[in-house]
Amino acid sequence: MGFRLKRPSALPGFGLSLGYTLFYLSAIVLIPLGALVFRAAGLGLGGILAIARDPRVTAALTTSFGLAFAAALVASLFGLLTAWVLTRYRFPGRRLLDAAVDLPFALPTAVAGIALAALYAPNGWIGSLAEPFGIRIAFTPLGIFIALVFVALPFAVRTVQPLIGEIEAELEEAAATLGAGRARTVLTVVLPPLLPGMLTGFVLAFARAVGEYGSVIFIAGNLPFVSEIAPLLVIIKLEEYDYAGATAIATIMLLISFLALLVINLLEAYARRHLGHA
Amino acid sequence: MPAGILATLKGGPDPAGPIGGVTSEPALVRRLLIGIALVFLAFFLVLPLATVFVEAFRGGLRTYRAAFQDPDALSAIWLTLTVAAIVVPLNMVFGLAAAWAVAKFDFRGKSLLVTLIDLPFSVSPVVAGLAFVLLFGAQGLAGPWLADAGIRIIFSLPGIVLATVFVTFPFIARELIPLMQDQGTSDEEAALTLGAPGWRIFLRVTVPNVKWALLYGVLLCNARAMGEFGAVAVVSGHIRGLTNTMPLHVEILYNEYNLVGAFAMASLLAGLALVTLAVKSFLEWRYAGSIASASAR
Repeated sequence: MGFRLKRPSALPGFGLSLGYTLFYLSAIVLIPLGALVFRAAGLGLGGILAIARDPRVTAALTTSFGLAFAAALVASLFGLLTAWVLTRYRFPGRRLLDAAVDLPFALPTAVAGIALAALYAPNGWIGSLAEPFGIRIAFTPLGIFIALVFVALPFAVRTVQPLIGEIEAELEEAAATLGAGRARTVLTVVLPPLLPGMLTGFVLAFARAVGEYGSVIFIAGNLPFVSEIAPLLVIIKLEEYDYAGATAIATIMLLISFLALLVINLLEAYARRHLGHA
Repeated sequence: MPAGILATLKGGPDPAGPIGGVTSEPALVRRLLIGIALVFLAFFLVLPLATVFVEAFRGGLRTYRAAFQDPDALSAIWLTLTVAAIVVPLNMVFGLAAAWAVAKFDFRGKSLLVTLIDLPFSVSPVVAGLAFVLLFGAQGLAGPWLADAGIRIIFSLPGIVLATVFVTFPFIARELIPLMQDQGTSDEEAALTLGAPGWRIFLRVTVPNVKWALLYGVLLCNARAMGEFGAVAVVSGHIRGLTNTMPLHVEILYNEYNLVGAFAMASLLAGLALVTLAVKSFLEWRYAGSIASASAR
């Protein structure tokens, strides 16, 4: 093909469609994010690190990343269980439950936020059950964790669910005829091919949880150094006209997004090469 | 298929599931796993949803209806509908153009382009909103120039639209691209040899081929556009009756301890989410073949 940019095709409209795509992509995504990167470049690496070392900023970033990691982990485990139950077993209400898994995608985050806050508040349905044991959920980091598991759940379920459906029963039967018990079959034959999918789900869930704002702020309590998340601090800095502070925190979050995207692409390439699915 | 054969050999479908015998767990384990999943999903999905409606109707039907008499509530609903009516067609045109370019042609840098199209999914909505403020705000790069020209973007409708377009950017494109890649170019080439001009091919061959996936993408895009909170919260400025969308109005009412009002407004959005899920499930069930992978979103 030599140095040609495009393989010849009889179909029309390449220039127009690609041109419009690039224009729209630039106008909506690349130029605004470019403005952020430009602003960050103005601060320099030293400037960004200096802001990140501010105790309140460090605390918010730690809270966001730590709780997002924990929530993505828990969502991945329960997501695997949920996907397994929904794909492998038949029970009444299964289809309804399958549709309900996407609720956190469809429910606006602010609605989820006030609902979770009401539910887990000390006088709420679940909060009042935990209160006698001295456990406070809403307005503590535990509340943030709950909200993040909520937003992370569909990613965890939907990335492994199709893979469970693709497992060939012959493999399991072969393992069984060779004398493996059910537990051993699941651990050595069924689960390993699901791992890249689970990891992809984990990374997607983590990326989403780190940036989540709407479903968290109502249940978080938003106490600086305790239950203040990084996205909220971006908004607070912006309201204080501290553009440098907001930019620095946002740049660190954006960097994590890029890293997550990179990891996902590597995982998908790995799955294509070694397992024959994307 | 193997499951089907197995079931036939056993003389009918296995009540335990599609795969029985050695390839399933003992009934006790099965029930335990189903039980754990049900409890988990009840706590995390069903109860929050139920809370919205219970809280909304706590004061009775009359109070619920009164919540929508407020002119600020009505203007929030109107603004949300306006934003969605602008954003969804914009992203639809983009989705079709991007899918046409990516699926029907081979060119350098295609995988980079697809990755960039997905980028807004992994960017925090708050960061997206901030990017627009840094570009168009009073202190932004284009701020002074916009002020001279008398154009307001941040704290007004164009900013809300831009932020919403950003967060819903990939929804339609990523439903169309894999499907159109699977469909290939033979239908369009056949139309071409029959002498159809480009636009006719697109409208009469390509679009009908992808209509269910397009509808699916539009549905998801619309749900997110109406419900977006973080990105819009940064650019809107929360001006009551002017730049408050429905989710922002929920926040304001909640922070004013007007819980019934907040949950009443939230119940509309939750209703929208339920309708979206119902239509989505219907499309997945009825037109599974004509919707590309609905997974890994």
